[in-house]
Amino acid sequence: MEFLSQVINGLGIGSIYALVALGYSMVYGIVQLINFAHGDIIMVGAYTVFVILVMMNLPLWLAVLGSILFCGVAGVLIERIAYRRLLVHEAPRISLLITAIGVSIFLQNLYQLLFGSDPKSMPKMFAFAPLQFGGVQLTSSTIINISVSVVMMAGLQLMVNKMKIGKAMRATSEDAGAAKLMGINTNTTIAFTFGIGSALAAVGAVLYCNTYPQIKPVMGGLLGLKAFVAAVLGGIGSIPGAMLGGYLLGVAESLTNAYISSNLTDAVVFGILIIVLLVKPTGLLGKNTREKV
Amino acid sequence: MPVLETKNLGIAFGGLQALQDVHFSIEKGEIFGLIGPNGAGKTTVFNLLTNVYVPTEGVISLDGVNIVGKKTYQITQNGIARTFQNIRLFKDISVIDNVKIAMNYQMKYSVLSGIFRLPSYWKEEKAVTERAYELLKVFHLEEHADDLAKNLPYGQQRKLEIARALAANPKVLLLDEPAAGMNPTETKELMETIALIRDKFKVAVLLIEHDMNFVMGICEHIVVLDYGRIIAEGSAEEVRSNPKVIAAYLGGE
Repeated sequence: MEFLSQVINGLGIGSIYALVALGYSMVYGIVQLINFAHGDIIMVGAYTVFVILVMMNLPLWLAVLGSILFCGVAGVLIERIAYRRLLVHEAPRISLLITAIGVSIFLQNLYQLLFGSDPKSMPKMFAFAPLQFGGVQLTSSTIINISVSVVMMAGLQLMVNKMKIGKAMRATSEDAGAAKLMGINTNTTIAFTFGIGSALAAVGAVLYCNTYPQIKPVMGGLLGLKAFVAAVLGGIGSIPGAMLGGYLLGVAESLTNAYISSNLTDAVVFGILIIVLLVKPTGLLGKNTREKV
Repeated sequence: MPVLETKNLGIAFGGLQALQDVHFSIEKGEIFGLIGPNGAGKTTVFNLLTNVYVPTEGVISLDGVNIVGKKTYQITQNGIARTFQNIRLFKDISVIDNVKIAMNYQMKYSVLSGIFRLPSYWKEEKAVTERAYELLKVFHLEEHADDLAKNLPYGQQRKLEIARALAANPKVLLLDEPAAGMNPTETKELMETIALIRDKFKVAVLLIEHDMNFVMGICEHIVVLDYGRIIAEGSAEEVRSNPKVIAAYLGGE
């Protein structure tokens, strides 16, 4: 029973990684960029909640909605300002990567300047009494995290597979040149992808704030890195892969904390990454890119 | 009025004048051939027409409107669609979705009505799916609608490229070596299909092709390029007997 509770706890934490991993994976899928600033979007989302909920003392639903919208717009703006010209002129991927790291450092410092570097504490946002299922206790944040992440992924899958914007995204990701010649505005499509990815990170941020009571300007660093590991673990570019990677990572963390040592958590997480990639370099659900000759 | 017309069209890559003074005009419903030896600049013409390259001089008018400087996707939306010399289908996407992607811009429903599955979403998705199936039927691809594009045999991939281009609802269809790699039977079938497309979809067809039987058999008007300049034009008969064309293809004085 203890074991099962730990696994479920892990799934709860993993849900946050999964939501953030989706953003890495979608952006990578469409422009082959590892957007290292994506982790800091979580921080931006968390601070937006803090500003609206605590500083302005407005209702919770407004804080959640505001955070999602603000991050979505921020994602679009970052793409427009920092990446668009590089993408249009087909700059080497390494330039994009360096720009992404630059954006990340910029955001961290901007928020330190605005809010100071000491942590802010968040009030509990959504809470209800823990549920008991035959000896397994489910906390409110675990239940909320898992259900929100599952709904988000289902929605995203539906959008990518069934809606015209999803088809535009898939076409752009496969062959942007041909997509343009089929009448698709690839720039808008890419901007939209950044927006959706960032909005999902904001949802992750809300769940994070609900799970951990503290936020600080550098919180996006390790969290973003772990979500990135989750995306690679699941197979970067794959939506179900990002989710799977996130859950696995969360469970691994939780089990290490419970049965080995909480000092070793990060070592285990990154150790898993190394082992999985040795065995399956494209990640668990990644596409095998074997060329037909 | 011609549906597509170029005047004084040219492009230089650095010091290399790849195309110079290219002028032709295509009438509605005409099948128009663009031929010439390798490296003559034929595909470059296609790239200029769709603004993949920006011309350094000249005018391209589509239905009387200059389209130079418009973005590639806008030009497609305005009525020029193309296929590629080396097939560029969306390989990991199903056959039917390849076709529907080219219809994307013709669908107007908003993201919100997509998320909430409002009636406008269903109506448009249904209409587009039906049209996509009709197009696939023209090319006998309807049985493969749900296969991934990369799993089709070569000849059918070529057909799917044409179907996808037609889905963009063009006034002018550009075909870059549509018969490349096809056997004589397939080539003959393709000629019939192109004639059928012209009649059924009322499009003008501009095609690049090396197979002379194909070009001479189907094109009503032919332009011959060599070293980036037009060296001859006219009907198949006129072009075939033009000494400059013979020289360009066979070498000589």
